[in-house]
Amino acid sequence: MTPRRRRMIVVGLILIGVSLATFLALTAFQKNLLYFYTPSQVAAGEAPKGYPFRVGGLVVQGSVQRAPDSLTIRFSVTDGASTVPVVYTGILPDLFREGQGIISVGQISAAGVFEASEVLAKHDENYMPPEVADALKQGGQMPADYQGWKK
Amino acid sequence: MIAELGHIAVIMALLMALLQSVFPLLGAAQGVPVWMAVGRAAGRAQFFFLAVAFACLIGSFVNHDFSVLYVARNSNSALPLYYRISAAWGAHEGSMLLWALIMGVWTVMVTIFSRSLSEEFLARVLGVMGLVSVGILLFILLTSNPFERHFPPPADGNDLNPLLQDIGMTVHPPMLYMGYVGLSVAFSFAIAALLGGSLDSAWARWSRPWTLIAWVFLTFGIVLGSWWAYYELGWGGWWFWDPVENASFMPWLVATALLHSLAVTEKRGAFKAWTVLLAIFAFSLSLLGTFLVRSGVLTSVHAFASDPARGLFILVFLAVVVGGSLLLYAVRAPRVKDHVRYGFVSKENLLLLNNVLLVTAAASILLGTLYPLILDALQLGKISVGSPYFASVFGPLMTPVFLLAGIAPMFAWREADLGKIGRRVRYVFLGSLLLGVVSTAIFWDAKDIKTMAGLGMAFWLAASALLSLWNRVRLRESALQGFKAQSRSIYGMTLAHMGIAVFLTGVVLSDRYSEEKIVRLAPGESSTLGDYTFTFKGVTEVQGPNFIAQQGDFRVQRGDGDVTELRPQKRIYRVQRNTMTEAAIDPGLTRDLYVALGDRMDAGAWSVRVYYKPFIRWIWLGGLLMMTGGLFSAADRRYRLATRQAEVWGESAERKPA
Repeated sequence: MTPRRRRMIVVGLILIGVSLATFLALTAFQKNLLYFYTPSQVAAGEAPKGYPFRVGGLVVQGSVQRAPDSLTIRFSVTDGASTVPVVYTGILPDLFREGQGIISVGQISAAGVFEASEVLAKHDENYMPPEVADALKQGGQMPADYQGWKK
Repeated sequence: MIAELGHIAVIMALLMALLQSVFPLLGAAQGVPVWMAVGRAAGRAQFFFLAVAFACLIGSFVNHDFSVLYVARNSNSALPLYYRISAAWGAHEGSMLLWALIMGVWTVMVTIFSRSLSEEFLARVLGVMGLVSVGILLFILLTSNPFERHFPPPADGNDLNPLLQDIGMTVHPPMLYMGYVGLSVAFSFAIAALLGGSLDSAWARWSRPWTLIAWVFLTFGIVLGSWWAYYELGWGGWWFWDPVENASFMPWLVATALLHSLAVTEKRGAFKAWTVLLAIFAFSLSLLGTFLVRSGVLTSVHAFASDPARGLFILVFLAVVVGGSLLLYAVRAPRVKDHVRYGFVSKENLLLLNNVLLVTAAASILLGTLYPLILDALQLGKISVGSPYFASVFGPLMTPVFLLAGIAPMFAWREADLGKIGRRVRYVFLGSLLLGVVSTAIFWDAKDIKTMAGLGMAFWLAASALLSLWNRVRLRESALQGFKAQSRSIYGMTLAHMGIAVFLTGVVLSDRYSEEKIVRLAPGESSTLGDYTFTFKGVTEVQGPNFIAQQGDFRVQRGDGDVTELRPQKRIYRVQRNTMTEAAIDPGLTRDLYVALGDRMDAGAWSVRVYYKPFIRWIWLGGLLMMTGGLFSAADRRYRLATRQAEVWGESAERKPA
């Protein structure tokens, strides 16, 4: 083999490897994309059924209900225009409370209840997830005294 | 007064950085020795002023000077002294000053340990480092001045974010920054070599110990961050593929590739252009990491500060650094020619493969991290990339890396004999696989193929690292002589590869056999996890210096024997009214027991998270081993003898392979 041919083989192998990796990456990528929907979009039926996505908004005051004998919790999130009921089993993050902006990951059930597998609240009271801030702005519900979205 | 002094010191440091970049670069281009000599003095002066500035910032925190905005936001009169000091780099402004200070530390190191460099080359290196300093110091002065005052001062401060009131978070940022900024040295060496047109193995030999030290700090920083996330966030995980974690992992992967590629350039004079490109990428990714974390573009716990002006500044800075250095590369690199010949089956090609795989891994993380940001910026929808993406891409990419890391050290440079190597390793390879299968079947699950493969690979990595060391040792008359004759970089490599084995064991076992339970427990009730019984004895209230905590009391038993008592806390920090979960962990070499309090429920009951995590410590232990390996390599004698050998580079290719 001439050095030139050898080099071509090396380059060829690398190309094959890289394209294989790219293929793997893109397939995995496609499978793991999570889209964000506002409660209004969910209410309008825009959210996918049978496929996980993220929904975010403020936890509605007075909506949090705990089951007496299990770790199941029910609450609603709102963007001001619509609300979505959420059910979650497990331990909520430290900063979860009524009136706080949260994001939750899960699927919508046939009954229209969002079954959350994960609830995220951020570790700073002034901090609101940007998605939630946008959703609230669209819903016209940004609290007047809330400054965090400017940051 | 102290704050003003600090502010002036930062301005002086900027002036020094300007001197440090302009004169040496012009001097090197024009061949004026006096101008080149400015670099050394200006670099040291810059460090001096930054040290003064940083001391002023710490002084303001210690003295509770709440008229300084940054102090008021991140401290409180009840905050203990220790955290008042660490609060200096707890938020954006101070951490950028720390970045600049660490840049100063590296600059001074370069001025001290550079006797082997030619004046011209040193001038260029310091000049490029000076330019980076100018960028960062301008950023601090224009957008994030930590010494800004505001009147009237508040009566008391806003307190340090409770998450950061912790030893892990005290040490993590300085270590990570030492790594990030340390890569600027390798970057500056590369740019200086491009400017001077002197890309040779001497350049690689100078650059390699600096890269190694930076890599050691980066490794340590990442290990600390992972450990902190494990015990402080209360989720029991050690890696979340959070964008901020990715931001530190990408430069690590590229720096690891750079280390291996530098080895080829140093020993064989090959891959020169590629090595330069990697050095540019590694530092660019460090800057990108700073940008991602500090501009607040990410939805993440780390984005404590966010301000569009800052983001824009770092983005422009990043564009200048990456664009400028790539432009220089495009102009100069075609002149760099590799004249070295090597065969298809050779150590050179295996290291090339290692590089390709590591860089591909870094690129796939970059895709997963940046894609959502780009989509959002273009208003095409808000998405996030779930962590299964990273896990499923990483497995297939890292498997060949691990397999090859075992045999690559046994390959010869130029042309290796595949049959000979095969005969040498076949029993070790089969033995490792068998050991993986048998140990999984005995200790865990006889049908668990994934663990068998993972453990087999870990055994293979460890065994082949030792085998390749033994192959070198046995060439000498006695084993003792053989061990003495090996250079430190050989031991460094062996340790680092063993570190991967230990890390892999931890990852596989903790991933496959962790047990988790989320239960509701009333006082007196207990929950069983594996062999362990956790009995909840109740909750008492505990006072901390700046928080009140509900402290749970758990008795852990195995069979009838007591194992330990665990006391997790739910803290409420008085000033910010933040709730914080403080997990209680009983650490062990083969397993961790982990209890975290959830929410208070009716009748004194609490929701409780209980974990059993086998071998999880091995993950960080492996990281520490890799780090130690890096230290050994950096301490290799040939780097200290570089001065005397400066004239005999030609001989370097014949020296024993690493």
